Amino acid sequence: MTVPPTTPPDDVPGGSIYGPAAEEAPELFQVYGSSSGAELAPARAKSVSAVGTAEVLKVEDLTVGFPTEDGLVRAVRGVSYTLHEREVLGIVGESGSGKSVSSMAVMGLLPKGARITGNISFRGRNILSMSKQEQRSLRGRKIAMIFQDPMTAMNPVYTVGFQLAEAVLSHEVMPKKAAMARAEEMLGLVGIPQPKERLNSYPHEFSGGMRQRVMIAMAVINNPDVIIADEPTTALDVTVQAQILEKLIEVKDAFNAAIVLITHDLGVVAGMAHRTLVMYAGRPVELGNTEDVFYSPRMPYTAGLLGSIPSAGDTGRLRPITGAPPSLINLPDGCPFSPRCPLATDVCRTVEPELAPTDAPDHLGACHHWDRLAAAPDPTAFFRTESEARR
Amino acid sequence: MSASTVPSPASYEHLLDVHDLVMEFPVKGGGIFRKVVGKVQAVSGVTMHLDAGETLGVVGESGCGKSTTGRAILQLHKPTSGSVKLRGSELTTMSNEDLRAVRRNLQIVFQDPYASLNPKMPVNDIIGEALKIHGMWKKDGLDRVGALLKLVGLSPEHGNRYPHEFSGGQRQRIGIARALALEPEVLILDEPVSALDVSVQAGVVNLLEDLQDTLGLAYFFIAHDLSVVRHISDRIAVMYLGKVVETGTRDAVYYEPKHPYTVALLSAAPEADPESERSRQRIMLTGDVPSPLNPPSGCRFRTRCWKAQDLCAAEEPPPIDHGAGHLVACHFPVTDISAETASAAIHAAKLGSSSPESPAVAASRETAAAAGRDSGGGLSGGGR
Repeated sequence: MTVPPTTPPDDVPGGSIYGPAAEEAPELFQVYGSSSGAELAPARAKSVSAVGTAEVLKVEDLTVGFPTEDGLVRAVRGVSYTLHEREVLGIVGESGSGKSVSSMAVMGLLPKGARITGNISFRGRNILSMSKQEQRSLRGRKIAMIFQDPMTAMNPVYTVGFQLAEAVLSHEVMPKKAAMARAEEMLGLVGIPQPKERLNSYPHEFSGGMRQRVMIAMAVINNPDVIIADEPTTALDVTVQAQILEKLIEVKDAFNAAIVLITHDLGVVAGMAHRTLVMYAGRPVELGNTEDVFYSPRMPYTAGLLGSIPSAGDTGRLRPITGAPPSLINLPDGCPFSPRCPLATDVCRTVEPELAPTDAPDHLGACHHWDRLAAAPDPTAFFRTESEARR
Repeated sequence: MSASTVPSPASYEHLLDVHDLVMEFPVKGGGIFRKVVGKVQAVSGVTMHLDAGETLGVVGESGCGKSTTGRAILQLHKPTSGSVKLRGSELTTMSNEDLRAVRRNLQIVFQDPYASLNPKMPVNDIIGEALKIHGMWKKDGLDRVGALLKLVGLSPEHGNRYPHEFSGGQRQRIGIARALALEPEVLILDEPVSALDVSVQAGVVNLLEDLQDTLGLAYFFIAHDLSVVRHISDRIAVMYLGKVVETGTRDAVYYEPKHPYTVALLSAAPEADPESERSRQRIMLTGDVPSPLNPPSGCRFRTRCWKAQDLCAAEEPPPIDHGAGHLVACHFPVTDISAETASAAIHAAKLGSSSPESPAVAASRETAAAAGRDSGGGLSGGGR
């Protein structure tokens, strides 16, 4: 078996980083608008290679609740997004914002007690209404997952080769030798030297970065359409993180897969994602092109997150968000961010804003006062602290 | 603030002076006698100093010895050799009793706010314990604890609660209040914000800056998040495999890095700016950090360095001053960063094309790195 046939991203004509020119992809053009077509240095230009037009994954109004003794924990409340071929969708949010839970729901990995409603369709077929068997045939084959912690995501008592081959054999009937050969090929593809020898190694014999490479190999071994990467580099050092992200993009292009990249690191999203979805208290609060979300946030929470990160030019103070995220059992009335929001007014405390188009049709925000953010020259200025004012 | 309990010689150059600090951990074999079969050099010959009221940021990847250095300064690990001087008095040879007095001036905030507070003690006791141990608990002790809580942005009423009732950011504030209880001059901050979410992290960073302004503290700030370090530090020390490879003022290290490792580290760190992220060239280091059990000869970075030559393997580069205390330990310091990026890319491409087929070297490096990870993890993970 060879590496599956691909349409190399380089073949796609067109000036936009989001893909082919408008004539060939009218839908995309509508979705993304025209881009500046800036010249990209080769290093990261690869990462934002052409996005296809076909929808691979569509999540509509997904809600997930966990019944507990204290009441229903509403972990995810109404998440909707679509993922196109070869697209990288970044999902950011703080811990407890529901970003992992929503993707676990897509994989069908939530515990039995979870109450899931909404629609998750993969290439037009609803995953939630499928039989167990059908779900199983998708999971790991068409939709693959890379977990956060490469130290615990593998079974320590089996060799890496066995685990990789197992991933193949559970979906296809083929001789074990052929499966091993494929495993070897994948290890080589993700940049592990001497893949043949390394097949017989156990996970503890690999370093953290190498283990995460094996996880990537395992995810792509069945040529998936969608890879869900849940904090793939959080446990890694920064130089290794750069290697892994580069490899992830390379592999994505080789297999024509789309990626849902879940992370709390805004820097990783900035470099990797075509579009960014920001989540807060189980709700999507902002969705748009990565540039739009970073340069002109239309939800105060996003602005607050951006103000919290030290950036290259700043000399003054950070602008943190005061307070803490709400309890998912007792959500406040109205907008869940209103208790921490410097822009909040009475309407925010009574009516929860819907995720709706703001100044651009493809830039969605869930805020009553996005126009005030749009009018402000520096959206993070709303989060200025007292001590900063004193200075 | 008085240092009366510390026997202090008349003159000293820096508030805290670390000279040629070495910290080795024995590696024991199996069998009944657990014979020592090797040693991990976690810190090998670190020299750095800290002045009153300044922040020294210490960065490096996991296993590079930055936390161990912090602990060795506090004498939580007894250093194998070298000297640590606080206000000119030597800590490494001090008796435990004298050390206790010194530690009033030298406090630490740990990384994990979930593990560093005793779950069975209410906050008042956690903070008050330090005062009691040092015989500073007076009648108004509780008021003092209340004032400390207020100082770190919590309310004094929180004092009767237990740690589990607080969020991560609040717990870290309690950890800081505990460290401040004895009015120290130097705080060792061992990854104080890495376990926190970004919005909470920013609040704690602001708090640390405020405290430094009002109390004149000196911070030994250990972190792996380069953007936080850049924000908070006056000077920066970059560590690699137990050695300091570059020190200098913040701007010198960030904007004119001279050591190839610093250049690579800075180029690998992601920034929350889509356009610069996509357009900038980054230097990809190949492989992992080598094992500290058996570090490379000469320059320790040479196995991953694109500029490495025979000299680097033969001779260890001494730190050379590039002006204004910008010390760089490299035989071939970087002058033009953009040119380096290109040559590093060529180097990586060469390695990449040759390595899958033949390299026994690369493989052995991998295994060594894997071993190093495992043993190094046990050491550096001690504080989590």
